[in-house]
Amino acid sequence: MITKRIIPCLDVKDGRVVKGVNFQGLADVDSPVELAKFYSGCGADELVFYDIAASAEGRALFTDSLTQVASSVFIPLTVGGGINTMDDFDRVLKCGADKVSVNSGAIRDPSLIRQAAKRYGDQCVVLSVDARRVAGQFRVFAKGGRVDTGLDAIEWIRSGVDSGAGEIVLNSIDTDGVRDGFDLEMLRAVCDVVDVPVIASGGAGSVDHFVSLFRSLPKVDAGLAASIFHYGEARIPELKQALAAEGIPMRL
Amino acid sequence: MLAIVDYGVGNLFSLTCSLNAIGVEAVVTGDEAVLARADRVILPGVGAFGDAADALRRRGLDRVVLREVEKGKPLLGICLGMQLLFDYSVEYGRHRGLGLIPGSVQPIRPVVPEEYKVPHIGWNALHFPKDRPVSPLFRYIKEGECVYFVHSFYGTDCEPNTIATAEYGPELTAAVARDNVYGAQFHPEKSGRTGLNILKAFCEL
Repeated sequence: MITKRIIPCLDVKDGRVVKGVNFQGLADVDSPVELAKFYSGCGADELVFYDIAASAEGRALFTDSLTQVASSVFIPLTVGGGINTMDDFDRVLKCGADKVSVNSGAIRDPSLIRQAAKRYGDQCVVLSVDARRVAGQFRVFAKGGRVDTGLDAIEWIRSGVDSGAGEIVLNSIDTDGVRDGFDLEMLRAVCDVVDVPVIASGGAGSVDHFVSLFRSLPKVDAGLAASIFHYGEARIPELKQALAAEGIPMRL
Repeated sequence: MLAIVDYGVGNLFSLTCSLNAIGVEAVVTGDEAVLARADRVILPGVGAFGDAADALRRRGLDRVVLREVEKGKPLLGICLGMQLLFDYSVEYGRHRGLGLIPGSVQPIRPVVPEEYKVPHIGWNALHFPKDRPVSPLFRYIKEGECVYFVHSFYGTDCEPNTIATAEYGPELTAAVARDNVYGAQFHPEKSGRTGLNILKAFCEL
């Protein structure tokens, strides 16, 4: 039986992990390689790296660290942030990424999804969507959640999958940072319209939130989170044990 | 020295790194002489079966791989590389494979329940057939350990050579073996410690 995935997400700026993670035994708290090894050793099923660099130099430092991560950690790696062109896909895939996540880049140029899926396969293209409730609708926001695009999230996701996106990361801005659980209502609306894997993001504050995510929405394939893991509020081995005890298929 | 067959298909960075991580010297090559010197060979692959089979033949590497197998050299096909070991595939038309594993490659969609997503992507547990000894490829792992899959087609009509399956509705072929020829549908280079242990076992065959 296929297992549900637990995915820590790391924001990287100029080759260093933002808000370094203070785990015992980690000498270098903001090293992408150290943290990737740590999470992989804990049982993370996949890792997501977001490049939040704003400069060409920062971008080069990111790809250097990505290469180092891919040389030493042997689980699937997804890369996002600053993916605007086919050259960006090429750049991160050559450094060892397995999947590439597009967000604002696909909003600017929706044909990017189709082009990338055609060249690298659907399984390689992840459509990441930041959405929040506006006027009774789930609305897509761009630029890290700052700009209302006016797009209906459900329609946008449906068209992204039609274009070849092989996986959806749905980040609810409404629940992000609140730590009161995933946005089950928004996730359900997305699961109802797509048949590719859906990864829930935004709102995880406790182990119970993951339990209710997978219990309420059997079609959700993975839970993604950052701070709950980075601050040690939920440790991945215990989280996965707790989920398995609830009958949710886990890789232990 | 282990040779990874380079025929212009897919990214071999992770595979090379995973072999280095277990202390194996791996060379990515499309050179006949290097493949002849290698003591074992990995046939990787991603993308569509027809394109990959054509690319292999265009470079004459189908013939080289068959010759090295004939000498008794261990061969491991990974993902599409495993599918290429079969007689043929029906992905986008009928395409001939290497014929090293009797059977064919068919789409998953018609055999799995409607609510199961295709491609089959993610970590799934390996099951070993009960009626035969565990393959030496799995010497360092236990039944039930999970490996990482990404595929929409699967090898079928290969039951006598099946050494592992994974449940996705029905049990789908996860690994095959026939004499010195091995194939893994999953990606050992992306399957954490379990995957490295499978590669290590292959390198000791």
